[in-house]
Amino acid sequence: MSKKPAEPAARDAATGPSPDAAVGTEEPSPKAMQAAAQTHEPAAPAAPKEAPAPSEVRVPVQPAADWVNPLRDPSDRRLPRIAGPSGLVIFGVTGDLSRKKLMPAVYDLANRGLLPPGFSLVGFARRDWENQDFAQVVYEAVKEHARTPFREEVWHQLTEGMRFIPGDFDDDTAFKQLKDAVEELDASRGTGGNFAFYLSVPPKFFPKVVQQLKKHGLAQAPEGSWRRAVIEKPFGHDLASARELNRIVHDVFDPEQVFRIDHYLGKETVQNILALRFANQMYEPIWNRSYVDHVQITMAEDIGIGGRAGYYDGIGAARDVIQNHLLQLMALTAMEEPIAFDAEALLTEKLKVLKSVRLPEDLGAHTVRAQYAEGWQGGAKVPGYLQEEGIDPASKTDTYAAIKLGIDNRRWAGVPFYLRTGKRLGRRVTEIAVVFKRAPHSPFDSTATEELGENAIVIRVQPDEGMTVRFGSKVPGTSMEIRDVTMDFAYGESFTESSPEAYERLILDVLLGDANLFPRHQEVEESWKILDPIERYWDEHGRPAQYASGTWGPREADEMLARDGRSWRRP
Amino acid sequence: MKIALTDTTASKINKALVQGRRAIGTPAVGMVLTLVIVTDEENAYDSIKAAQDASREHPSRTLVVIKRHARTLRDRTHSRLDAEVRVGSEAGTGETVVLRTYGEVSDHADSVVLPLLLPDAPVVVWWPVEAPDNPAADPLGALAQRRITDLYAFERPLEVLQTRARNYAPGDTDLAWTRLTLWRSMLAAALDQARVEVTSAAVEAEPDNPSAELLARWLQARLGVTVDRVPSQGPFVTTVRLSTATGDIVVDRPAGPLATLTLPGQPSRTLALKVRPTSELIAEELRRLDADEMYAVALRGEPIKETV
Repeated sequence: MSKKPAEPAARDAATGPSPDAAVGTEEPSPKAMQAAAQTHEPAAPAAPKEAPAPSEVRVPVQPAADWVNPLRDPSDRRLPRIAGPSGLVIFGVTGDLSRKKLMPAVYDLANRGLLPPGFSLVGFARRDWENQDFAQVVYEAVKEHARTPFREEVWHQLTEGMRFIPGDFDDDTAFKQLKDAVEELDASRGTGGNFAFYLSVPPKFFPKVVQQLKKHGLAQAPEGSWRRAVIEKPFGHDLASARELNRIVHDVFDPEQVFRIDHYLGKETVQNILALRFANQMYEPIWNRSYVDHVQITMAEDIGIGGRAGYYDGIGAARDVIQNHLLQLMALTAMEEPIAFDAEALLTEKLKVLKSVRLPEDLGAHTVRAQYAEGWQGGAKVPGYLQEEGIDPASKTDTYAAIKLGIDNRRWAGVPFYLRTGKRLGRRVTEIAVVFKRAPHSPFDSTATEELGENAIVIRVQPDEGMTVRFGSKVPGTSMEIRDVTMDFAYGESFTESSPEAYERLILDVLLGDANLFPRHQEVEESWKILDPIERYWDEHGRPAQYASGTWGPREADEMLARDGRSWRRP
Repeated sequence: MKIALTDTTASKINKALVQGRRAIGTPAVGMVLTLVIVTDEENAYDSIKAAQDASREHPSRTLVVIKRHARTLRDRTHSRLDAEVRVGSEAGTGETVVLRTYGEVSDHADSVVLPLLLPDAPVVVWWPVEAPDNPAADPLGALAQRRITDLYAFERPLEVLQTRARNYAPGDTDLAWTRLTLWRSMLAAALDQARVEVTSAAVEAEPDNPSAELLARWLQARLGVTVDRVPSQGPFVTTVRLSTATGDIVVDRPAGPLATLTLPGQPSRTLALKVRPTSELIAEELRRLDADEMYAVALRGEPIKETV
C-alpha cells in the first residue's frame, strides 16, 4: 500500500487536486491496472440475497407532483435531512481523494442515518476488479479514515448497493455497463433514476467523461428524477480555460445541476462566518471601513508539494489556493447581507464583492510570489522547491503568494484585503483576521499602552476551528498598564465532536440538491478575472523570491505590508 | 480531580468548582448547558456514565441530585448536604457535582441547584427513574427549559403515558420517544420513496411497550388512519406495517441491529437500525433545547389539521 506506483503522468495527476494539506499520494498497488475490461461480464449485482432479474421489477418513477409526505413536518426537527432515493457514481474511485475523503464520508453519512435506504455507490476506474474487490477497498478506506466508529450493520447496508465498473474513459463497453448498472440499481435498490456523477479525475479527462455520459444517455435524467455532476478544483487555470471547461460541462449538464466542490465552504467555521455576521447584532455595526483597518486572510501549509510535482509545477500557489479558497473566504467576509440563505441570494452577494474587487495599480509593489528554499522545518531538514523531484530547476512556479486587493464599495473603500498562501510555512493554519483601527483617542499615556496592539477578530478555519477576539486589558498591579488579551471560542469546546467532515456535508448537499455551499460558474470566472492580470504580471517580471522552509514567508512579503505601515500576523 | 465536601452549601461547592478548574489548569471552559440528573443511589452510576458520554458532544455542567432515604428518626430531622466535585478527566468534558441530600433539604433540592446553574446557559433536567407526574410543576423541573423523563422506568408505562399526555407542557420529552427517532426517520424515508397514500397501519411490539404506543399514536396523528397494536415477542418495537393501495410498506426488525425494509414492487433491503445506548439518547435530547411539538402531537395521538 505504501509503495509509490510508477505510473503514467495521467495517473500521477489524478492525485493532483488533493483537498487537504495532510493528504499524500499513495495509492493501492495497481497491479492489475491495465487489464482488459472486455473480458469482464456485465456488472452483476454484488450478490444481494434476493435480487431478482433486474428487468422484472422496474418501478415506474411517479412524477413528483405536489405529494407531501405526511410523516414529515418542519417542526419535527429530530428527523434528519435524509437525501431522497439516489446513488453516487465516482469516477477515479481508486484515487487518493476518493479513498481518504469520499468513501469515508459516504460511510459516515450512512452511519449517521442520513442516506436513503437504497443508497448505492458505483465505482468506475481502470482496475480489473469485481464488486467484492471494490467493496474490500472501500472497507479498508472506511476502516482507516472514517470519522465515526465502524459498525457492521451499517457496512452491510452499504455493501448491498456497491457496484464496480472497470474500464477506460473512452471505453464504450464500460459506459454501457455503467448504464446497465444504473438501471439495475433503479430496479433492485429503488434509486429512482437519481444519480450524481462525481468526477474525481484530472480536469483533462472532464470533456471525455461528460461526453461519454451524454453519449450513453446517462446525463439525461428520466422524467421526475435528476442527474448531477460534481467536479473538483482546479476549475481551469485561467479565465479562458475556465470558460472552456464550463462550456463543456454545461453542454451536458444543466448549470444548476453542476456542483463545484470547494471543500473549504463545507467547513463549519466558514458557514459560521455567515452566522456570526448576520445572526448577531454585535459585529455587523463595526464590520466596515469606519472601524476595520485591514483584513488578512491566510492559508498556510507546512508540507511541500510532496509527490504532486506533475500537477503543481506550472500551476502554483495563487492558482491552486487564492483563486478558489481565499477569494471565497474573502467574499464571505466582505459581502452584504443576502436576502435569504439560499444559493441564489448567496451567489448574488458574493458576485457583487468579486466584481467590485480592485487590483493595486503597482502590482510589483503589492503582490509577492516566492518559492521555498532548503531549510529546517519542525526539526526536519527539507529540500527547497527547485530541488524537489520532478521540478525543473529553472521553474518560476510560486509556492507562496501574497496579494493586496481592494473592494470598491461603500462598506470597504480604502480597506485593504491581504491574501496570502504558501507551502512549507511555519505550521498548517487557515484563518481570517479582521484587524480594527486603534481607538481614535487614548486617555492613557503612551507608556501605559505600549504593549497594546490593534483589536482583532480572528476566525480560525482550521485546525482548531473557532474564533478569537483580541483586545486590551489592564495588567493587574498598581500601575496602569494595558496589554493584549484574547477571548476564545473553540468549536472543540462548545460543540465537541459534532463537526462533520466538510465532504460529508457537501456530498449530502449534492444528493439533496442544496447548492448553498458550492461556488457557481460565474464566481469561478470572476475569480479568474481577478487573478489573471497578476499571473500575467508575474510571468513577465522577474523571478519568485526565495524563503527558507519553516518560516512565515519571504522578506519581500513583510516589506509589502511595511510599505502600507502594517505587518503580518503570526497565525 | 475529585473534591469531597461534607455538610456543605452551594456557595462552598461553587468555590470548590473554581478551585478544581484552577488546579487542572483550565480556568474557563465553554460549557453549553447545565444538566440536572435527579435519581436515587441505585441508578446514579449508570446515569452519570451516560451523561459523561453524552458530554463529549455537549460539554456541560452535570449536577446529580441524589435523595438519600433516612432510616432513623434522627436522620430524618437532621438535614445535611454532601457534595462531590469532579473536574477534569473524572467528569468527561465538563464538570460534575454529585449532591447527596439527607433529611429536610431533600424537599428543597432546588435551593441547592439554583446557585450552581451556569450563567446564561440552558438547563435540562433528567429523571432516569421516578419522574414526577407533572414534570413542569416540579420545583426542579420548573428551573429547566427541557425535562427528560423515561417511560421505560415505570411498571405500568401506559398509565403513566396518559398522565404525561394530560400534563404535557412545552419542553417535556421522553426517552421512549427519543428511541423512536431512527424508526421514524426510516419510515419517513420509506414513504418518500413510495410516495403513496397510507390506508391503514400496524405496529408490532412487545406488550405494554411505551415506545410502540407513541409510535402508533404518531402514525395515527400524521397519517389520519387507525393503527393496530399487535403484540409480539419483542425486543421493543419489531415491525411497522403501512398498508397502501399498491401493497405494504414494512420495516421489520426481529432482533439485532439489522432491519429489513420492504416497499411494494421492490425487493427488500436491509437497514441498520440499532438499539441505542442511553448516552446516545441523551446526546440527541441535548441537541435541541426548544419544545418538541411533535412529541406533543404523538402524546395526544389525534389526527390534527394542518396548520400553516
